[in-house]
Amino acid sequence: MPSRRRRRRRPALAALALVLLVPALAVAAPIRLWHAYRDDEARALGAIVAAFQGEEVELLAVPFDAYASKLQAAIPRGQGPDLFIDAHERLGDYGARKLVAPVGDALEADGEAVFQGPALAAVRQGGEILGLPISQKCMALYMNTALAQEAPAFLEDIAALAGALPQGVYPLVYEASNAYAHMPILAAFGGAMLDENDKFGLFGPGPERSLELVRSLIARRVVPEDADGALVTDLFNAGRAAFVISGPWFVGGLTDEAKRSSRVVPLPKVRETGRPMRPFMTVEAVMLSPQGAQRAEARALARHLAGAAAAATRLEVARTPPVRNDVAVPADDAFIAAFTEQAKVAIPMPTSPAMRSTWEPSARAIRKVLRGDAPPDVALSEAKRRFDDVRRPLPPPASPAPLLVALGALALVLVLRWVSAAKGAVRGPTLRQSLPAYRYVAHAVVAIGVLVLVPLVIGAATSLFAGSGEGLRYVGLANFISILTARGGPLFSSGSFYLVLAVTVLWTAVNLFFHVLLGVSLALLLHRPTLRLRALYRVLLIVPWAVPSYVTALSWKGMFHRQFGAVTGLIEAVNAAFGTSIAPIAWFSSFTTAFTANVTTNVWLGFPFMMVVTLGALTAVPEEVLEAAEVDGASRWQRLWKITLPLIRPVLAPAVTLGAIWTFNMFNVVFLVSGGDPDGTTDILVSEAYRWAFTREAQYGYAAAYSVLIFLLLTLATRATGWRRRTPGSILPRGGGAAGGPLPAPAAATEAV
Amino acid sequence: MTRKPSPVESLAVHVALLAAVAFALYPVLWVASIAFSGVRPPVPEVLPIPNQPTLEHLEAVVTTSQKVGGEPIWLFPRQLANSVVVALATAAVGVTIAVPAAYALARFRFAGKDRGLRALLATQMFPTVASAIPLYLLLDALGLLNSRTGLVLCYASTAVPFSIFQLRAAFEAIPVDLEEAAMVDGATRFQAFLRVVLPAARPAIAVTTLFAIMTAYNEFILAATLLSKEEMFTLPVVLQRYIGEHDAQWERFAAGALLVSLPVMGAFYLVQRHLVAGLTTGGVKG
Repeated sequence: MPSRRRRRRRPALAALALVLLVPALAVAAPIRLWHAYRDDEARALGAIVAAFQGEEVELLAVPFDAYASKLQAAIPRGQGPDLFIDAHERLGDYGARKLVAPVGDALEADGEAVFQGPALAAVRQGGEILGLPISQKCMALYMNTALAQEAPAFLEDIAALAGALPQGVYPLVYEASNAYAHMPILAAFGGAMLDENDKFGLFGPGPERSLELVRSLIARRVVPEDADGALVTDLFNAGRAAFVISGPWFVGGLTDEAKRSSRVVPLPKVRETGRPMRPFMTVEAVMLSPQGAQRAEARALARHLAGAAAAATRLEVARTPPVRNDVAVPADDAFIAAFTEQAKVAIPMPTSPAMRSTWEPSARAIRKVLRGDAPPDVALSEAKRRFDDVRRPLPPPASPAPLLVALGALALVLVLRWVSAAKGAVRGPTLRQSLPAYRYVAHAVVAIGVLVLVPLVIGAATSLFAGSGEGLRYVGLANFISILTARGGPLFSSGSFYLVLAVTVLWTAVNLFFHVLLGVSLALLLHRPTLRLRALYRVLLIVPWAVPSYVTALSWKGMFHRQFGAVTGLIEAVNAAFGTSIAPIAWFSSFTTAFTANVTTNVWLGFPFMMVVTLGALTAVPEEVLEAAEVDGASRWQRLWKITLPLIRPVLAPAVTLGAIWTFNMFNVVFLVSGGDPDGTTDILVSEAYRWAFTREAQYGYAAAYSVLIFLLLTLATRATGWRRRTPGSILPRGGGAAGGPLPAPAAATEAV
Repeated sequence: MTRKPSPVESLAVHVALLAAVAFALYPVLWVASIAFSGVRPPVPEVLPIPNQPTLEHLEAVVTTSQKVGGEPIWLFPRQLANSVVVALATAAVGVTIAVPAAYALARFRFAGKDRGLRALLATQMFPTVASAIPLYLLLDALGLLNSRTGLVLCYASTAVPFSIFQLRAAFEAIPVDLEEAAMVDGATRFQAFLRVVLPAARPAIAVTTLFAIMTAYNEFILAATLLSKEEMFTLPVVLQRYIGEHDAQWERFAAGALLVSLPVMGAFYLVQRHLVAGLTTGGVKG
């Protein structure tokens, strides 16, 4: 007995010690540093941090895609890093959201002299320095010295190589339809993405001429169409690109051979205007979160990270051009020298939050023009309209009184209904009968209540707000009104709620049809008792579902590439074998083909689910019934339609309903495969919502309003189809009621109590 | 039992299945081909055969390590273990909660059942775009940020409703006579549920568990947002790192994707044996 008591006391003591230790632990907490680096840059950072004399540093490499949203979620709640490394153009946004604090004494005493002027200017916001520059990145010209020996003076000189190069070699390769990569040419025509007043800058004669020039380059096969980053790398590695416009990150993907024959030079001029091509410059900076700015050791680490020794390490390990005047660049280092030279004429990316809203409309417009779907002036004025649409002024704050009254009334109605229901229940036996059932469902109710309903209600409530940070305000139903009136535009204009809804419904119906058709057919084939190799087939057919969908969606996108995709390869193989002359299809340039590509991908992803569910359902089909039917002379077709399908329907129905809901909200495929191309026409409601939340200046309230509308639509749809029992959301024919037939009514076998 | 099908019919079935297998495998083979390619020639190709085969991408993915407190730790096995543990825990939590609830929904009449079912379905209709941030706030309030438990709870929030639907349908498909016979023999309702209904529903439970495992295993957005320690990351988060701001390392990404998929394929293989077992032992027929 005594020994037991002693043992019990020990954990208590330990707990007490832990409580006492907590303040001490908090003081000694490591400095948290977040970054999105990989490979050489991550290695350089590791070495720099290892050389830091002071507190322990906890490094976290966050995927780039999740970086900004993670910072946004974590820092205001004190869960974020003390320091983080990010691009300077986010500072406007971060400053408004209070995610960064002025660097204070982290800037060395003579910092103004030590850092290069443009780099320091980039991190200055309203007179305060919000970050310490550590590197600058901009695009320059890579040349393959095996194909071209001289650095060109003019872009037109590169174009002139078109006939002189070997077959299949492009004179110039870059991501022509990417607005960031278009910037150098745009700048040579005096254009800008954003003007001084934060208005859309990509329109007018200069930008139009810049697009016409690129279009003619593509038409003359100087530049390949639709090149993405991976293709640019592949073409250069294969010796099929004489020049490439890209940044320092490009080297990472090169083979040793390609690296040896490559040389970097500053971008040429455009002869048409006589002005140089000027790329965007991004300054990477160490930023301090408000909590990190309070910690002297975090500021010391920031100073160390931006210091001369760190810059030298970065230069050596990651080949990053320094932004400090006191770090010498080796005279014979042509790579660093070229990028340093290029940076002198580069245009620092504007820090205004409005900048983020330029990418989507300009990318769409550029693609449209380069594909030849619209003349530059039309496409660009449309882009300007889209930009203004996203940047429209916030709705005025509304009084929350109507909401409170409505909520009060709703609560009252609910309580009254509940009371009357409870009265009825107490009188009748229902409630007492219900008690045993409640024992089975109670924990599920609690779990779903906390984990699902609470976030959902908070999320839905967001839809009544607009703005962010200090500009956050309650706006009543303004978001909904704005969406439902297509923001004042024509109701069926591109991107309007109703048009997107129509596409979404079509998307859901087509996908579901093929999911069920393929899934059920394959399951029936696999279920044949005489089938050999069944286990093997089953495993192979499930494969699409076992590989993460974001990987395979991207694989499909690659296969649909017009010039280099496997689908084009298949078409060529068919042409060669049968002497046909089917032209390769530009999958993402028309709605029908882009939609087909999306549907193909999603059917591929989704049929194994239906197949497995059907297989599970088929195991519950009693063999005797089928045998009896066979004895009674029912044909195989009759057995399928009148016994098997009705019997598996109860299991399939919820899967189909869920499948419909999931497909309706299937964001990945649309976003990754067509990305809404062409021109946003293949976007569905949920990808629209996502764009409002993440690519259009974080209008979470607006995105939440979309979500609520999706929710309401789906609720109405499932109510209308009465999914529960009568007509399950299944598109399978109802074969149960073969009146007077020789078959037993199958529903009876499965009907619940 | 069933008569032997004609050879022509057998052949047709195999041709149809092979065509489906080709459709199912083709994009995955492309992923594999990229993962093993040294260089990719930019020409349209039909057959996904690796060009200049190499194992360097696989090696690079597997051998990642990070220095923590001066000691380099090998991250890959930890992150793989994280993924597996989180996925298994999600399935365990989700299915355990869902099984009794689904049974009650399939067999009992009770006040609020229809409304509850409708509400349950309704929770599936709200896109996650809008509920991710509230979920973060909730976990913060519960002190479960940056913990695997928190992640499991998040994943369970999708696994539970889904599993309830799946299992309710499966329980409804099991004849009531089975339990009634057991209860006539003196078993309580709960005993009948445990000893008779659950074994009969084994195939459906196995499949549902697999669904829950896969969803949790492949998710990366929530995982990247909630977890703040590299040795706690799940593998899909790590994979996502190969896609940068300006460039993407598709070869590594593909190599990682293959590695991530192997355990899932293994899991399916196991479960499908379970499925077959359920078939042959005839649990349904009692």
